[in-house]
Amino acid sequence: MNNLSYLKNVVTLKLDENKCTGCGMCLEVCPHQVFKMNGRRAIIRNRDACMECGACRKNCPAEAIYVESGVGCAAAVINSLLGKNAAACCCGPQTNPEGKNSGVCY
Amino acid sequence: MKNLTLPVIQNNFNCCVPVQSAQPAYPSIRQPFVTGSLETTTGILPRVSSSLTWADRRGAMKARWGVGRMNYSLEPGLYALNNPDANSPVLVTANYKMSFDKLRQALPGRNLWILVLDTKGINVWCAAGKGTFGTQELISKIENSRLKEMVTHRKIILPQLGAPGVAAHAIKKRTGFTVYYGPIRARDVAAYLDSGYKADAKMRTMTFPLKDRAVLIPIELVEVIKPFSLLALTFLVLGGLGGPGNYWANLTNFGHFAVVALAAAVLAGAVLSPLLLPYLPGRAFSIKGFSIGIITAIFLLYLRGVNFSAWPDRIEALAWLFIIPAIASFLTMNFTGASTYTSISGVKKEMRFALPIQICAAIGGTLLWLTSRVIS
Repeated sequence: MNNLSYLKNVVTLKLDENKCTGCGMCLEVCPHQVFKMNGRRAIIRNRDACMECGACRKNCPAEAIYVESGVGCAAAVINSLLGKNAAACCCGPQTNPEGKNSGVCY
Repeated sequence: MKNLTLPVIQNNFNCCVPVQSAQPAYPSIRQPFVTGSLETTTGILPRVSSSLTWADRRGAMKARWGVGRMNYSLEPGLYALNNPDANSPVLVTANYKMSFDKLRQALPGRNLWILVLDTKGINVWCAAGKGTFGTQELISKIENSRLKEMVTHRKIILPQLGAPGVAAHAIKKRTGFTVYYGPIRARDVAAYLDSGYKADAKMRTMTFPLKDRAVLIPIELVEVIKPFSLLALTFLVLGGLGGPGNYWANLTNFGHFAVVALAAAVLAGAVLSPLLLPYLPGRAFSIKGFSIGIITAIFLLYLRGVNFSAWPDRIEALAWLFIIPAIASFLTMNFTGASTYTSISGVKKEMRFALPIQICAAIGGTLLWLTSRVIS
């Protein structure tokens, strides 16, 4: 897995440590171990591992996390460049019910 | 007797509450994979088992190759896996048939409830990203299926990859159910249940092993078959032009090689790249694809035995050194959508530099190739 890390310093993830209540939900939902607990607060451990799925932001009851989420998918970007449905991506109903993670999730 | 009548009274009482006056709509038991039914106080539920039939497997295989993949779904709602009771766990999944099958297959001999959300036949991860595997949908399915009357506990287990769509705290507030995020993979769910809803770091981390990358190859190929055919045909027809011999002799030589070269580019970008992903240099997918494209092109030209003393041969070789890496790079970049670790910010960044280069290389290479056809 050492080579399976994506570009450095690109993600939009931000954590407001002052708002954090230390519930640990972000650690639970993050699929890439981006967060860790530092005493009674969460901190960002590995920012470059973030894939901007938005799970942490959605599940943070304190609204301490910000991330511009979206599916990291070239087809989606091309579609929006061509003026097609910008929200459509490789996961879109017209194109691909598989998309990411193929069959790993349930 | 008293114990028996009590739930019925309770049920009648609930029926009279205006908000829940409608009959709960349970999924049809007349779906091919349903093996039986479970009678409950609120209606008849379809019952399924953990063993997949030949039809289930064939459906999955077809979906992998893009056949009937867009409506490979099942009716959303509450299902019974084997013989659940009021204490059985509740698992939530998407109504993409393959997601549902993977989940039940991983839980042989267990009795539990499976609540299937209406994600329009899309898997959990993608649906969560789009919001169809979402807070609102989960609330409505919990209410419509009368889950509170089915189970005495107030816990529901969601796949961790559903988290981008669901706000756990909002579910708790609106329905009283506490969301437990289970492991990423269906195969870990049994261990998760046995450990009292605890997932270790490994269960929570998304990887992208060879097997997961390999199953995506068929659909990558299917999606590229049409543009490939058009391109190959064009090159084949143009291959007969110019050249030393007559049209058909040239077509057989240069045209055929062009088809082989284009096929090699697709092979590099849609097969070799996914397989070799961790070993290809660079972080950006476009660079990974470019590298495998260069290697493929050199290997192919070596096999062709290019005559480097003649200009047309030199130019033709150079043309393929542009075209093959351009195609391989583009296809590999498209594979970001299937990978499990690329961010949208990163994809946008790499596309800003890669897309213009890919387009220029493809056009430049084609012009070179045409030149080699004309001058020979």
